[in-house]
Amino acid sequence: MQREPTPLQRIAADFGESKLALAGLALLTLILFVALFAPLIAPQNPYDLAQLDVLDSRLPPGSKAGNGLTFWLGSDDQGRDILSGIFYGLRISLLVGVASTTCAVIIGLTLGLAAAYVGGRTEGFIMRAVDVQLSFPAILIALILLALLGQGIGKTIFALIMVQWAYYARTVRATALIERSKEYIEAARGLALPPARIVLRHLLPNCLPPLMVVATVQVAAAIALEATLSYLGIGVPITEPSLGLLIKNGFDYLLSGKYWISFFPGIALVLTIVSINLVADQLRDVLNPRLQK
Amino acid sequence: MSPPTLRVENLRTHFFTRRGVVKAVEDVSFSVEPGKVLGLVGESGSGKSMTGFSIMGLIDPPGRVVGGRILLGGTDLRSLAPEDMRRVRGNRIAMIFQDPMMTLNPVLRIDTQMIEAIQAHADVSRGAALERARDALARVGIASPEERLYAYPHQFSGGMRQRIAIAIALLNRPDLIIADEPTTALDVTIQGQILFEMQQLARESGTALIWITHDLSVIAGLADDISVMYAGRIVEQGSVDQVLDAPLHPYTQGLIASVPGRGRRGEPLRQIPGMTPSLLDLAPGCAFRERCARADSACAEDPALSRPAAGRQVRCFHPLIA
Repeated sequence: MQREPTPLQRIAADFGESKLALAGLALLTLILFVALFAPLIAPQNPYDLAQLDVLDSRLPPGSKAGNGLTFWLGSDDQGRDILSGIFYGLRISLLVGVASTTCAVIIGLTLGLAAAYVGGRTEGFIMRAVDVQLSFPAILIALILLALLGQGIGKTIFALIMVQWAYYARTVRATALIERSKEYIEAARGLALPPARIVLRHLLPNCLPPLMVVATVQVAAAIALEATLSYLGIGVPITEPSLGLLIKNGFDYLLSGKYWISFFPGIALVLTIVSINLVADQLRDVLNPRLQK
Repeated sequence: MSPPTLRVENLRTHFFTRRGVVKAVEDVSFSVEPGKVLGLVGESGSGKSMTGFSIMGLIDPPGRVVGGRILLGGTDLRSLAPEDMRRVRGNRIAMIFQDPMMTLNPVLRIDTQMIEAIQAHADVSRGAALERARDALARVGIASPEERLYAYPHQFSGGMRQRIAIAIALLNRPDLIIADEPTTALDVTIQGQILFEMQQLARESGTALIWITHDLSVIAGLADDISVMYAGRIVEQGSVDQVLDAPLHPYTQGLIASVPGRGRRGEPLRQIPGMTPSLLDLAPGCAFRERCARADSACAEDPALSRPAAGRQVRCFHPLIA
């Protein structure tokens, strides 16, 4: 018998059908690469004060620094290379986005599955908490939490987890309720498989596709939210600027013609979010059985 | 006559909904002997599937088995602790479900699903379990089981999937298999093959089989005995030949007459007027009287099961006389 492609291979093949999504994936890969290897490829370490010179501040793109370094995208008000700042800023932005989404997915998945499988009072309690959570704007909850906790990467991640988990809990519960009523779950119960096994091996994997789609979209949303918080000055600390903070740093100079301090980090943020959304969109189409030919 | 594998006595399963009590199964009794096939016949909502789920102990709240005994080889399943019931389910009683497209988990390979079914009940190694899975696939007529074990459910046709579901039911050599309309979704030719194989398997292994269906033609070829259910109650019981050749209950007669026959070409098809009544707060009296041509004032009382002949039971004040 000819070996059939595994589900993963099928997904990969379907994914490749859209050129736009492939471009998005390529861009995202590049961004991830840059973020991961920022210390190796960045012309300058923007966190190392010894490398900075105030005389180099606010230089336009392409100008030379005192030590011979070229600021391809200009420099900011402290003489930091914008390009290096973006590389390092991407690290922070992606870290916050991915870490908060991952934790929120795990929390949401657990609570959503528990709600759907156990039902009754547990379900009522979890889902009312979700309703309350979702009735506040995300930015408001994050603002309040960070105002209480203070600045910091860890605290920002925590705030974003608190903002996001409810989306996943709701998605997972909805899917799990549908899957739970299907006959293969009934059949597994008919075989008297242990409940933990039914939930983890049978229910959970079948709930993942919609969750993966929501999660990819949410990574982009989390990055945007983090940028917003940092732009407002309550997200990450000034010593470790994310993209949002870089944009904020240049905001004061926008009207004086020094556009590059805000502009290039802004472009980087947009490219990151667009590439993630392109990938997420295609992933949704591929994983949605109703859209399959 | 060998002692029955399963004897159900006065089983009652009710659903306690907000709008009232639904008596899904009411006072149902029957028994199946080893190697025999009992056909449980009825329309949608007649309680036949719920009878199967009650035996399996798979009734979910708000439903509950409220009365009766379910004796499997002498033990009352209702008196078993949940942990002991877990050992029975999938092991001594197996169930096959209606929709072959849904009955296997789409994300797990066949070998995984079969091995976990074995290992849930027997302390055997993966290798030994795999061996048994392979044998079971071969027994239900799947060609080259060696390779097919490593396929995913979506790589099989509906008929093949139902065979795999049957193979999974056979894995732990159960005393009783409850099949809930397993061939309804299949082609007639595939249905024929599977019926033939099931009949043979039951005879050879001495497994008792309860075949739940609405299709009388399936029962005619497969079952030894037949129980006709209507509105949660058994209205007629007997051997297949007796019941199909000379039905006593007007409902059974109506069911048989609704099957289009070859000898009646051109005639309008007969049907039973009306619909199955709602089981929610069912009024006392014969549940079929609204649709019955023979009903009169006596039918406002609950009819009891009478035994007009050996092995036959009917629940009617005005049975058709054979």
